[in-house]
Amino acid sequence: MTEKTQIIDGNRAAALGAMLSRVQVIAAYPITPQTPLTEALSEFVERGELDAQYVAVESEHSALAVCTSASIVGARAFTATSSHGLAYMHEMLHWAAGTRLPLVLACVNRAIGAPWNVLNDQQDSISQRDTGWIQMYARNNQEILDSVIQAYKIAEKVYVPVMVCYDGYILSHTEMPVDVPNQKDVDKFLPPYKPHTILDPNNPKNYNLVTLANPRLNAEGVLCHGYMEIRYLLQEALQNSIDTIVQTGREFVELFGRSYNLLWKDGMDDADIVIVAMGSLAMEAIAASEMLREQGYKTGVLGLRLFRPFPKKDVVNALRESRAIMVFDKNISYGQEGATCSEIKSALYGSGAKAAIRNFIVGLGGRDVTAREIADAVKRSLPSLSDTTLNSEYPQWICHI
Amino acid sequence: MPANPLTNKRLYEIRWHGRGGQGAITAAKIAAQAAFLEGYRGVTAAPSFGAERRGAPVSASTRISPEPVIVMSQVENPDVVVVLDPTLLKCDGVVNGLGKGGWLIVNSRQAPDEIGVAGEFKIATADATNVCQELGLIVAGHTIVNTAILGAFARATRLLDMASLEEVIRERFPKQDVDVNLAAIRKTYEITKVARAKD
Amino acid sequence: MGTRSCGHICGESSPGIGEGGKTGDWGDYQPAIDQEKCLPAKQNKASCFQCWLYCPDGVVSKTIPVKVNLEYCKGCGICAQVCPAQAITMVAKEIGSSA
Repeated sequence: MTEKTQIIDGNRAAALGAMLSRVQVIAAYPITPQTPLTEALSEFVERGELDAQYVAVESEHSALAVCTSASIVGARAFTATSSHGLAYMHEMLHWAAGTRLPLVLACVNRAIGAPWNVLNDQQDSISQRDTGWIQMYARNNQEILDSVIQAYKIAEKVYVPVMVCYDGYILSHTEMPVDVPNQKDVDKFLPPYKPHTILDPNNPKNYNLVTLANPRLNAEGVLCHGYMEIRYLLQEALQNSIDTIVQTGREFVELFGRSYNLLWKDGMDDADIVIVAMGSLAMEAIAASEMLREQGYKTGVLGLRLFRPFPKKDVVNALRESRAIMVFDKNISYGQEGATCSEIKSALYGSGAKAAIRNFIVGLGGRDVTAREIADAVKRSLPSLSDTTLNSEYPQWICHI
Repeated sequence: MPANPLTNKRLYEIRWHGRGGQGAITAAKIAAQAAFLEGYRGVTAAPSFGAERRGAPVSASTRISPEPVIVMSQVENPDVVVVLDPTLLKCDGVVNGLGKGGWLIVNSRQAPDEIGVAGEFKIATADATNVCQELGLIVAGHTIVNTAILGAFARATRLLDMASLEEVIRERFPKQDVDVNLAAIRKTYEITKVARAKD
Repeated sequence: MGTRSCGHICGESSPGIGEGGKTGDWGDYQPAIDQEKCLPAKQNKASCFQCWLYCPDGVVSKTIPVKVNLEYCKGCGICAQVCPAQAITMVAKEIGSSA
């Protein structure tokens, strides 16, 4: 085994990413299937391999409260959670984004009850898509480690917190080869954190004061934001972060040799049927596409790396000429459809795309999804492609009801 | 690794069956790591995703390929099924998907033709429990056979070299436990019995 | 045939035997009860039954003699711990055997 390549699971990959990013404050509460991540980080701190303060907190809400406090006094902070833990810190997610703090949170995707379930789906992070965080999904453990490091660079450039999501158990507990960068190279890539503002007794300030609807004149006669302007700036930052995310990916490949962009494309050059998925499912979909190609279908896979901000332009460019788009969602916005499917439809509106779009809900609560099942679902929908009224149907579930 | 002539796949899948606490998952991980050492770029090792409790049936999987592994779903058509506890043979599904050309490897006192599991696969057995008991590989009253059974795996399938498996054992285990685990895998390799199954 | 016909609309289960399978296979030990020490057996009247009370899996019968359902007993040893007469010993099951 080379010095750099380690056979590790996703949780360890995320922990190494945080350690290499020289995080200074970690506040996290254990929750299956994230727990080994927090344990690894506390070991790194205990053994002196990571010079950070590990704050034991009594809940995920407190974890994120500690991280926001740490960040606002100038520390690079990290947390991780899943499912109910993410839900527990929901209001603080809004808070961190609204304060424009460059936190990084690893979300180990797990189903939310009821009923109780500790296995994988993406409902947890999808449920938080409105909070103003950048959200990225990793397809394998290498992408987890690399994305945590890139997340700090992105977050600290645009001052928007970043959520790095990866599938619980499927990635978090599965060991696979990961090239672990050395600290020197990461230091070259990731400069120290420069806060946009800092809580300092020598220069007293009040953060997140009650902000009324309308702008106000402060004591110096400067016209300051109303609530809406502050929130506008968050949206603007998210929209502009696309360029930063792409640029960061370019800088990453120069130092580490692995390229990252907003999307993962496989077989897309001549595909007229495209499978869309996020996370580990986007890799399984490649195997499905290979099966379909062997049977004569011209399939390709579009893996979404970035979910928020939604990479509209790139998605439209990739899908504009497709005949059929098969979106596989490990989540559903109840009462409507899979979140990825809605985003795709919204992005394609007005683009001239004529594709038939089908949405499949798969893998909830850890239900296994094989390449064969993905391929079968695609084949079963092909006869109905010319029936465009089906675009408005609710999604199909692949389950045992 | 040439393509498996029966399935034409360059992906080798192993499913391990044990009881919680017996170390089936560690066995899966050691095999994956050893394969990587031998130059297979694609390896994964994963536990079965469920509630794992001491004594309850659990399974784990290892995937080995010359190319990076892209499938993360549960193994449906294993090339090898390894059973760490013979009482699991009567459980449903232990040999599900194991076809012609495959291997069933069982920790058992019985000879391969006494195992009594029907199928077109080959069978190998080794009394890993006895080997480990004699070596004192007992933790909290339970005999730990996970490294031992890797010896039977190596002997039967010839997929991985003992040298690679031993190197991984040296890396993974605390210094004071290395020798006993090496003794377990080597002794089990020697006593492994191999036979073709009756249809 | 799907699961809709079970009739539930939220996660539900009712007490019943064996949803977890034959958990007797899970353990390496099983209880052996010395009927000469067991209080209900000695007195031939209902008394004690702490083993029945504390068994987390409900596999001990409140009968004379006390019986353990080995198909489901996981060998946790709590009965042996709580027996005031020390009438229960946990005995190793034969290797490779099952209930």
